Amino acid sequence: MTGGCHGGGVAAPAPPDTVRVALLGSPNAGKTSVFNALTGLTAKTGNYPGVTVARYVGTCRHGDARYTIEDLPGLYSLAPISPDEQVAVDVLDGRRDGSARPDALLVVVDATTLRRSLGLLAQVLTRGLPTCVVLTFTDELARGQGHLDVAALATALGVPVVPVLGHRGHGVAALRDRLAGWREWPVPVVPPPVEPVERDAWVESVLDFAGYRAPQPHRVTQRIDAVLLHPLWGTIVFLAVMTVFFQTIFTLATPLQDAVESLFALLGRLVDRHVDNPWLAGFLGDALIGGVGGVLVFVPQIALLFLLLALLEGVGYLPRAAFLMDRVMARVGLEGRAFVALLSSFACAIPGIMATRTLPSARDRLATMLAAPLMTCSARLPVYVLLISLLVDPSTRWGPFGAQGLVMLGMYLLGAVSAMLAAWFFQRVVHRRGSAMPFYLELPPYRLPSARSVLVAMWDAAKSFLRKCSTIILVTTAALWLLLNLPRHSGAELRAAGVDAGNSAAVSAYVVDHSYAAGLGRLVEPVFTPLGFDWRVSVGVLSAQSARETFVATLGQVAAAEDPEHPTRALRHLTYPDGPHAGQPVLTPPTVVALLVWFAYALQCMATVGAIRRETGTWKWPLVAFGCLTGLAWVLAFLARQLTTLVLS
Amino acid sequence: MNGSTARGRRTGPPGRYAGVEVALAELRPGAEATVVRVESAASPAIARRLADLGFTPGTRVRVERRAPLRDPVLYRLRDYVVCLRRAQAACVRVIGVGA
Repeated sequence: MTGGCHGGGVAAPAPPDTVRVALLGSPNAGKTSVFNALTGLTAKTGNYPGVTVARYVGTCRHGDARYTIEDLPGLYSLAPISPDEQVAVDVLDGRRDGSARPDALLVVVDATTLRRSLGLLAQVLTRGLPTCVVLTFTDELARGQGHLDVAALATALGVPVVPVLGHRGHGVAALRDRLAGWREWPVPVVPPPVEPVERDAWVESVLDFAGYRAPQPHRVTQRIDAVLLHPLWGTIVFLAVMTVFFQTIFTLATPLQDAVESLFALLGRLVDRHVDNPWLAGFLGDALIGGVGGVLVFVPQIALLFLLLALLEGVGYLPRAAFLMDRVMARVGLEGRAFVALLSSFACAIPGIMATRTLPSARDRLATMLAAPLMTCSARLPVYVLLISLLVDPSTRWGPFGAQGLVMLGMYLLGAVSAMLAAWFFQRVVHRRGSAMPFYLELPPYRLPSARSVLVAMWDAAKSFLRKCSTIILVTTAALWLLLNLPRHSGAELRAAGVDAGNSAAVSAYVVDHSYAAGLGRLVEPVFTPLGFDWRVSVGVLSAQSARETFVATLGQVAAAEDPEHPTRALRHLTYPDGPHAGQPVLTPPTVVALLVWFAYALQCMATVGAIRRETGTWKWPLVAFGCLTGLAWVLAFLARQLTTLVLS
Repeated sequence: MNGSTARGRRTGPPGRYAGVEVALAELRPGAEATVVRVESAASPAIARRLADLGFTPGTRVRVERRAPLRDPVLYRLRDYVVCLRRAQAACVRVIGVGA
């Protein structure tokens, strides 16, 4: 979940003159907060080449010296079984992208679970690199009546030990000082044993020497778990958490979205007033403000979604949800952690696909990756909002609920059920080979995450969405605007076609009807005619192949050409200008239903295809997913249209 | 923690396996046991991972609770809590400790 959306870039390798330090530790050891405390906000997110395992590299300054800190994925063992762990071990051994082994290691160790964590440290120490232990959660150790003599621990281990409370900044300065003297770090005289039973004896002797007394089990966690993991109450709370999760996204975001909307309306009026050149005004107003603005409206919603996910993860509820859902996921051949990946896919399929990197089984990973694009991601939201507003009158109510909201809920359920069925189909029918991998999951104590760590996680995700808006969506909407407005028509041409040059709406309608986009749309129209899409809708569907949200911008531009004052009304009354259906409305209820189904199933997001390519390392699976899902989308949209026509007639 | 969560389903006292070697998966919530070995015949990789998670001979394990549909199960060992599916817990041989 820490992976940002669409973080496609590869972090640059460190310049040769800086010291490379790798940060290592088991999951939940507090590695990320140590990393953030050391590097501030300098961290760059990228991917390791060839895999979607997120790579976090930051710089730590001490005086004039600069240290490149690389936050490796969490791992329990140096015998890797998941791609995540493989990457960490490869970096440690200098087998990743040609860079040498790191110069020094910081091993983050949770003071409350030393009895387990020292096993990993023992394995790391056998690598013989300069190593310093970063001891976290010493505050929780003290609170639980545990005890540890840090100096004695350093003596027993034979390496430096620095206690750090990353979220409060305690010990960070001492760690920086320690880092500066990395060349002088002591190395253990005899590396710890590797054989498990001997290793256990080594751990016990070290802990004995350091006067270690483990903390009492966390009382608050046990009390909360007694409810949250209870067969009945736990299930009720789980459903309540999920309900609140989606309610918050839809209700709390609305005022923020209205604010963004009015900001862009204001910008639009400014352009109208101050830009005289009709071409420039059209480009700024329709393509930039209308297109990109129409998509940026969803930033509050997406930020909220990521905020809630970061909160649930920071508090420690996500692993509990995975524990509760494991049995249900097992029904479709997946495991609890896949639930977390699919939950992230409600924000965006790409962090969902990135979250699969914690799954040890290649088969589970593929199944989850193929299911993730079916979850209703935030890019579908703008499209659904527009289509549902065309389909259902906002004042319609079914019982106490607004009909629009219920249709939206239905679309979310459709996505989730389809994703589960896709995973089941893949596991049972397509890919029956492959050995079963273990399911194990640590349940850390409940913790109050620091506001900073939650905000950093949220910003990471929102930033990627903004980057996508400023690149893919901007380019697509600008290109579309040009396609819709070219070629230019002279006054004589317009007169010859019987268009009143003084009537701007008639002129722009004529221009759009005879544009390059229209030509393109008419070319693909036969494919979509059975679904009821005319060339304008087809252009929208084509443009949505780059990013789904673009559909809204495209239809917006088309509609604005017909009736600049009331684009939504123009859409509702969009009619076929010619052909056998001339004069009939285009966006009839069956066609809108077909569009909804098309958007629910078609794999339109090229960034997702790219992520599947990176994760699987071959073009086979992204092409299979693209072909199957798009074909399925066509068939189901066709069936949905026929069914709706039958029901309504 | 007193293992009361599984009160309705439990048929015997937690300590009824005291001194008997069984699979970890056989134990009920509230029971405690000591690991004897991890069966590696099925999959050496899984056995290695279980050992790295702390399931090594001599380690004391306590069954904390079961998920709503009885699988997976939470275990407390080495001062932390981890859940395993039945299939993995079946690989861990333990000797029950009297309650």
